[in-house]
Amino acid sequence: MELNTYQKEAFDYQRKNIETYGKRAWGWTIFYCLCILAGLYALYLQITKGHVVTGMRDNVVWGLFIVNFIFFIGLSYAGAIIAGILHLSKVTWGKPIVRLAQFMTLISVIVGPIFILLCVGRFDRMHHLFIYPRIQSPLTWDVMAVVTFFAGSVLFLYLALIKDFSVYRDAKLNIPKWKQKLYNILALGYRGAASQKRHLLISQNLMAIIMIPLSIVVASILSWIFGMTLRPGWHSTIFGPYFVLGAVYSGCGLLIVAMWFYRKMYKLDYYFTDRHFKYLGYIMLVLAAGYGYFTFSEYFTSWFGSEKWDSELIHKLFSPGEYGWWTFFANFAGIVLPIAIVAFPATRKPGPITLVAFIMVIAMWVKRYLIIVPTLETTLLPMQDTRAEYVKYTATWPEWALTIAGIATFLLFFTVMSKFVTVVPVSGLEDTHTHHEQHQLQHEHH
Amino acid sequence: MKQEEINDNSRRDFIKTAAIAAVAATACGSLACSCSSKKATTGDKVKLLSPDGEIVEIDSAYLKHEEHMAIVSKLEAREGIAGKKFVMVVDLASCKNARSCVSACQKWHYRPKETEWLTVKLMQDSEKAAPYWFPKQCFHCDNPPCVKVCPVDATFKRQDGLVLIDNDRCIGCKFCMAACPYSTRVFNWAEPDQPIDIRSLASNPETGLPAQVGTVEKCDFCPDRAREGLLPPCVEACPNGVFYFGDENEDTVSNGLETVSFSQLIKDRAAYRYQEELGTKPRVYYLPPKDRAFPVEKGYQDADSAIKERFKDYKDRLEAKE
Repeated sequence: MELNTYQKEAFDYQRKNIETYGKRAWGWTIFYCLCILAGLYALYLQITKGHVVTGMRDNVVWGLFIVNFIFFIGLSYAGAIIAGILHLSKVTWGKPIVRLAQFMTLISVIVGPIFILLCVGRFDRMHHLFIYPRIQSPLTWDVMAVVTFFAGSVLFLYLALIKDFSVYRDAKLNIPKWKQKLYNILALGYRGAASQKRHLLISQNLMAIIMIPLSIVVASILSWIFGMTLRPGWHSTIFGPYFVLGAVYSGCGLLIVAMWFYRKMYKLDYYFTDRHFKYLGYIMLVLAAGYGYFTFSEYFTSWFGSEKWDSELIHKLFSPGEYGWWTFFANFAGIVLPIAIVAFPATRKPGPITLVAFIMVIAMWVKRYLIIVPTLETTLLPMQDTRAEYVKYTATWPEWALTIAGIATFLLFFTVMSKFVTVVPVSGLEDTHTHHEQHQLQHEHH
Repeated sequence: MKQEEINDNSRRDFIKTAAIAAVAATACGSLACSCSSKKATTGDKVKLLSPDGEIVEIDSAYLKHEEHMAIVSKLEAREGIAGKKFVMVVDLASCKNARSCVSACQKWHYRPKETEWLTVKLMQDSEKAAPYWFPKQCFHCDNPPCVKVCPVDATFKRQDGLVLIDNDRCIGCKFCMAACPYSTRVFNWAEPDQPIDIRSLASNPETGLPAQVGTVEKCDFCPDRAREGLLPPCVEACPNGVFYFGDENEDTVSNGLETVSFSQLIKDRAAYRYQEELGTKPRVYYLPPKDRAFPVEKGYQDADSAIKERFKDYKDRLEAKE
């Protein structure tokens, strides 16, 4: 496939990243594998002893696993929406970061559902979902949604990779035979012929058009697992859009963090420029404001209406003796801080933006915890005549070990993927730097 | 033609052998004996209907009366008893938290200690209102939020009004537990501690036995007893006749001491259903705690220390009048 000079330069610059795995990558890989092993030991305990090893009990039936599921699957939906919009829109600055967003989509949609398997009591019976499906259940909707979304995101990423695979195939890379063979197969005989180009572009556009509404649908379905129940804090009409916005928001934050790490690790300053941080920062600011507005509406109506169960939940969320400090953290670090940092030109720099984005992603995880656990601790009948340990939820070490294993799997996938394909897509890249920037950056580049 | 016949015969034989094996396995299990010990056949054949609807003949030596053997097939257990509409009425004026219902239920269902299907709450409707004891089992709602959310049809609503669970099908997602606004359902967080002969029973939604790790269960209104015309153990055990169980279609309910007209009872005593506003349409009616037979404190003072511990937050209120 023909590359222009700018694209060729981009490829040559990243060539070594996919040719060698490197000591540092191996170090991280081993570290992640150790984390996953610890998680597997926790899983072994959970299988042999039952879910009694978790902190979940009859009242709080869902805990960290479901929180992680919402968190990861949200990142996934966000990645698809962001990548879809960047692909379809004419903004050329977005091209270098599309692949990162697509990585996030695919990896999270693999890691997220693992937590569902961990949460169900009998994952040996998961095939029952397909042989005895019941269409009335929001969980069945979610199974269909996640499976469809998974297939969609695989296709979406793959279509975007075909051109690049043909570049790697033809580049005479210094790589083992199996890898070369794999590139040969994956490139699907793409040579850059006019008809190939046209077909690929149409397919990509179609997938982007499909993925954006699909993400909105599946994120809403996820929220309905909670929204359809008669529980305080869940049974809310705002839940669908609230989850969609929360997903895109946290995903935007993680994209900034990923961009920063790859920029540092592979010295990609020329492609992930300060402008990218600034623009994604602006998007983050707008989303933060939107999320803050939704959160305010949700809490304010509950509090003002002051129905019995709603007030009990609001009281739990806001009293310092219970979840008050966590609520403060989730809303301060998750909404106020990102707005403040991006709003002021003095702090509108890659470093501070990445830092608040990172803290915000954690705050959004906490927010998911605050959506799940306090509601389950607020039962309609008084929680009496029950064992003391059934009243409040505290996550146990196997749950934390499996959470860390999930994060490690997520990062492991990122490491491996970035050694298999270039982080910045080579084909389809356009030089969007201004003359001044070009001069400055190329100076550092060489 | 010939070939078909042979196939058909061998199929029938196979079913017969399978049925014998199943019955024999249950019998052996319940006796806790080794399966290698051969029984002398009596030569007395008994005709049985297999779960597949085939008639099989089995030597009576292999049969044993089993208290908890499901009398119906799984398919029938999903459909329910034709013409019935089970209903329960709970008389809050007579409850003193004696907890005989709880232990009778635990015993009948082989529930491990402290995982109750039936609980007794201390309710106080508002600050100034007088507290009262409130026994609570599954409400077997006519618009059950738990059934709506089950992704695999493991929990289902029957024509006789019961909401039951198929332990074999449940995947343990706990969505039903999150959806039930009454926190009725319990989960087997660890391998349930049950006698060996119960563990070897064939699973059936009507008995809810054997309990299985990683699955959800709850009060089932004891349909296996209803089929035999017996009242649920909680009803029979209550010393104060708090629970009335019966059939709405027949318009009769009984608490074991008296049998009364259901419609008359709920009319005379101004019965209500708990949290009617949720739209779940429960099949359990409560008679308001008017003119109570016992002072509420008695239920606390007479309880053993483990139970007292569960109500410790209400200690001041319950001990004040001692």
